[in-house]
Amino acid sequence: MAGLELLSDQGYRVDGRRAGELRKIQARMGVFAQADGSAYIEQGNTKALAVVYGPHEIRGSRARALPDRALVNCQYSSATFSTGERKRRPHGDRKSCEMGLQLRQTFEAAILTQLHPRSQIDIYVQVLQADGGTYAACVNAATLAVLDAGIPMRDFVCACSAGFVDGTALADLSHVEEAAGGPQLALALLPAAGQIALLEMDARLHEDHLEQVLEAAAQAARDVHTLLDRVVRQHVCEASILLGD
Amino acid sequence: MLKSRTFLKKTRAGGVMKIVREHYLRDDIGCGAPGCAACGGAHEGPALEPQPQDPASSLCPRPHYLLPDTNVLLHQIDVLEDPAIRNVIVLQTVLQEVRNRSAPVYKRIRDVTNNREKHFYTFTNEHHRETYVEQEQGENANDRNDRAIRVAAKWYNEHLKNISAENQLQVIFITNDRKNKEKAVEEGIPAFTCEEYVKSLTANPELIDRLACLSDERNEIESGKVIFSEHLPLSKLQQGIKSGTYLQGTFRASRENYLEATVWIHGDTEENKEIIIQGLKHLNRAVHEDIVAVELFPKSQWVAPSSVVLHDEGLNEDDVEKEEEREQMLKTAVSEKMLKPTGRVVGIIKRNWRPYCGMLSKSGIKESRRHLFTPADKRIPRIRIETRQASTLEGRRIIVAIDGWPRNSRYPNGHFVKNLGDVGEKETETEVLLLEHDVPHQPFSQAVLSFLPKMPWSITEKDMKNREDLRHLCVCSVDPPGCTDIDDALHCRELENGNLEVGVHIADVSHFIRPGNALDQESARRGTTVYLCEKRIDMVPELLSSNLCSLRSNVDRLAFSCIWEMNRNAEILKTRFTKSVINSKALTLSSPEVRFHMDSETHDPIDLQTKELRETNSMVEEFMLLANISVAKRIHEEFSEHALLRKHPAPPPSNYEILVKAAKSKNLEIKTDTAKSLADSLDRAESPAFPYLNTLLRILTTRCMMQAVYFCSGMDNDFHHYGLASPIYTHFTSPIRRYADIIVHRLLAVAIGADCTYPELTDKHKLADICKNLNFRHKMAQYAQRASVAFHTQLFFKSKGIVSEEAYILFVRKNAIVVLIPKYGLEGTVFFEEKDKPKPGLTYDDEIPSLKVEDTVFHIFDKVKVKIMLDSSNLQHQKIRMSLVEPQ
Repeated sequence: MAGLELLSDQGYRVDGRRAGELRKIQARMGVFAQADGSAYIEQGNTKALAVVYGPHEIRGSRARALPDRALVNCQYSSATFSTGERKRRPHGDRKSCEMGLQLRQTFEAAILTQLHPRSQIDIYVQVLQADGGTYAACVNAATLAVLDAGIPMRDFVCACSAGFVDGTALADLSHVEEAAGGPQLALALLPAAGQIALLEMDARLHEDHLEQVLEAAAQAARDVHTLLDRVVRQHVCEASILLGD
Repeated sequence: MLKSRTFLKKTRAGGVMKIVREHYLRDDIGCGAPGCAACGGAHEGPALEPQPQDPASSLCPRPHYLLPDTNVLLHQIDVLEDPAIRNVIVLQTVLQEVRNRSAPVYKRIRDVTNNREKHFYTFTNEHHRETYVEQEQGENANDRNDRAIRVAAKWYNEHLKNISAENQLQVIFITNDRKNKEKAVEEGIPAFTCEEYVKSLTANPELIDRLACLSDERNEIESGKVIFSEHLPLSKLQQGIKSGTYLQGTFRASRENYLEATVWIHGDTEENKEIIIQGLKHLNRAVHEDIVAVELFPKSQWVAPSSVVLHDEGLNEDDVEKEEEREQMLKTAVSEKMLKPTGRVVGIIKRNWRPYCGMLSKSGIKESRRHLFTPADKRIPRIRIETRQASTLEGRRIIVAIDGWPRNSRYPNGHFVKNLGDVGEKETETEVLLLEHDVPHQPFSQAVLSFLPKMPWSITEKDMKNREDLRHLCVCSVDPPGCTDIDDALHCRELENGNLEVGVHIADVSHFIRPGNALDQESARRGTTVYLCEKRIDMVPELLSSNLCSLRSNVDRLAFSCIWEMNRNAEILKTRFTKSVINSKALTLSSPEVRFHMDSETHDPIDLQTKELRETNSMVEEFMLLANISVAKRIHEEFSEHALLRKHPAPPPSNYEILVKAAKSKNLEIKTDTAKSLADSLDRAESPAFPYLNTLLRILTTRCMMQAVYFCSGMDNDFHHYGLASPIYTHFTSPIRRYADIIVHRLLAVAIGADCTYPELTDKHKLADICKNLNFRHKMAQYAQRASVAFHTQLFFKSKGIVSEEAYILFVRKNAIVVLIPKYGLEGTVFFEEKDKPKPGLTYDDEIPSLKVEDTVFHIFDKVKVKIMLDSSNLQHQKIRMSLVEPQ
């Protein structure tokens, strides 16, 4: 039995996409009423929920307050039923801590934290179903939730993953493609300025190919931006109709 | 762009896991026919012809495309590869199934698809909106795939109608499955079996021979009687192997006896390593090199390997009773000690069939279309093929592939693949020896050639990056006349401080062959250029080997230079490496005698004939060795874990026994404790009365040596090169003809910062794999060379007739002597036993290697006179025969 062919000679991936194509993205803002902001996103079979509270006073130890800007607190969790094999994931395991830290770095770069000194912004993200690109889905969901909460940001933060197979860069990897074990790059981009909020890579990739993979991820992130922008505009439209303007 | 719907495909793997995968269906996949308005030509790469000018078929006179199913692709790939078959649609479903079932066929079909002349088009039907089908309840995967293929065929036929009604383009579905064909016809798809279609091609009758004959499993039982017991299914075999009832191993047929074989059991088991299989029924249709499962017999049924020589020469094909008689012959009474583990083949785990070279044994019946094919390799059984061109193929070397071996057939069934040419013709025999030694010799594919630099080529600014201009130096190369692949050049000049600067300049092949591309992969596969007597099989395309890389005179060429500063005592003061540009002056040696490249380390015996070594030659060689050693040190310093090096292990002392004994018989002493003392004692071993003795001793010494091999420094501890008495060694100086040198060039380039690295270069396991392949290719190239020399020697003696020559005894065996004829550098065996003659009394003495035949005693190194003639009694295996003239 031969291994999986990730990219056919005709240029199609296992699920029928071409190298640079994203999975189908569907998103909704304002899914919960009691939170300050919330959003739900589906990127293919990866589904994530983000909820934002704040800015509010520092909870717990006052010592954590920052004199010049807001504290961004991110918590990531993954539902027990999110993967094919059901596994209990205790709160605060290594993977979710790391993911929380990455999200925090990403949003500290995007949110205008200096507008709210000595306060705190909480971002909670939960992955309901995981099928590759969980980080990207979390960032995209959180962006929408932060926008929904009305917290000022420099720009959208749009994230996407990219891999590298047979000399071709693949955008938005699915779980099957991630599991194949090639290099994988996660990029969070501020599309308007083209600034990078976070760039992470696991496995080794030759320097010569980095640019190509990076460009594929950036292009995918820009595509994500187009879609998220549409979602936000539609949400604003609906909201303003309800308000009767 | 993404006008797709999401589908969920649910599969159960391992019974518990539920896998959910997305499956996007698209509407932008082209049908492959140019000028199709509906698809808008939305496809690149090879496509179908708009007006297929197919070979006229009496079944389907309209222009048509072919759409084969999986089994047709798997079994009839020889037909599909024929240039006459063009315009074939390969469905993704089919391609995936082929990929899972046979890697070699998958590779072949990919090669065909990439060939633009063939107009093969791969249609991604599984992702096309209109051709995707879901598995229905109660339908198994095979049936679903069959249905998917039919749906695609139907879609194509309707789709093509839309393009042009007047064209009447058709898609013909080719399947060998009767039920599938019936269903297709019901659905209105024109469908034929492969056989029907090929037979209808009236313009190409020769294609019929290439059809694989597959007997329908169901019909098999009815016709004829069953000879062999059934092979067990794979699942049962694996179960049996796990529980220990069966053993898995590689089947190795015997060269001498077609009714006997050994199975080498895989794994580390000490006992029952080799299992003997005796008798046709127990061999149970296994073919040499197959991976089989065997059942071990109880000890009471064990047999000893028979020493009988038996060749399958029966004319009557299905005479099974006679076989049984013969099998009885094998069972001779032997002592208990001689008995070896014996068993029978119960099933085949993996067939390792390949196309075989050989000749046709024409059937006795004049009109018969069924003939037996006798492979050149005696370990392969004869193969029954069906052909109408038996009379043209008679006396030719042909290639035949095995299709299957039904239970009721004495021989496997096969089909004709290719006609190589007349027996004894130079080209034919060369082709045969290349095929039999697995030397890749096909012309370079378009994909490979596409990575060559565009002509006219000149050195650009970019090429000069990290490169030194050495064009002002007087660099020269030393080559025999007619040499076109010049790897190396030298220069020497006096420095201001009185020291000498010596440079070795090697063609910079790695500048042109970039890692990982098709050109690189092909050269890595070939591993080495193979030099035959009148032919050279290049490792890299000619444009590189004979032009751009070759350091020709008076043109600017890119080189990789190794430059030393030495004092007048030839002590090296400084070593440096650099990529460079040189302009060489050629120096041609007048010596016409360079038929083969000589192996500088082990001195291949073929070259020991009257070759005259000039001082210039040895000077060049010395500097090349020095360059190799310097480079080896440098790359090992830089990459201690993944340097590609070459070692030559010291032979075990027992290897030298024969040499010491032989020398002793002539009152000479050979010391073998170190390489140095061996060389010195060889230099001293002279006999004034017998000047040729020294050469003979040196030949014997060569025979004691081990093979030099490539290895990865991180995988081995012993780096020593015995032959050159150097602690470390590698190959750097011939990148045009050896792939190892290209890797070494890349390593060195990275070490000096002249080029960038890539992941595979620093992966020691990948490097070890490369070494393994290189060692195999080098060995095969050497065997091919020897076979080529042997063939040319035969040609030579064919024209000469019978000659008598002086010879020296090189070895003494129990029933024969091996002699060397210095005049031709030819070695041969003289047997003392002849067929149909009484056996002479032979007494063999091991201490002083000698053999007493009746009253004459033969010692090692004795001078004799032999008669040389060509034995053509077996057309496929002609050989030189020698017999003694003096002493009688």
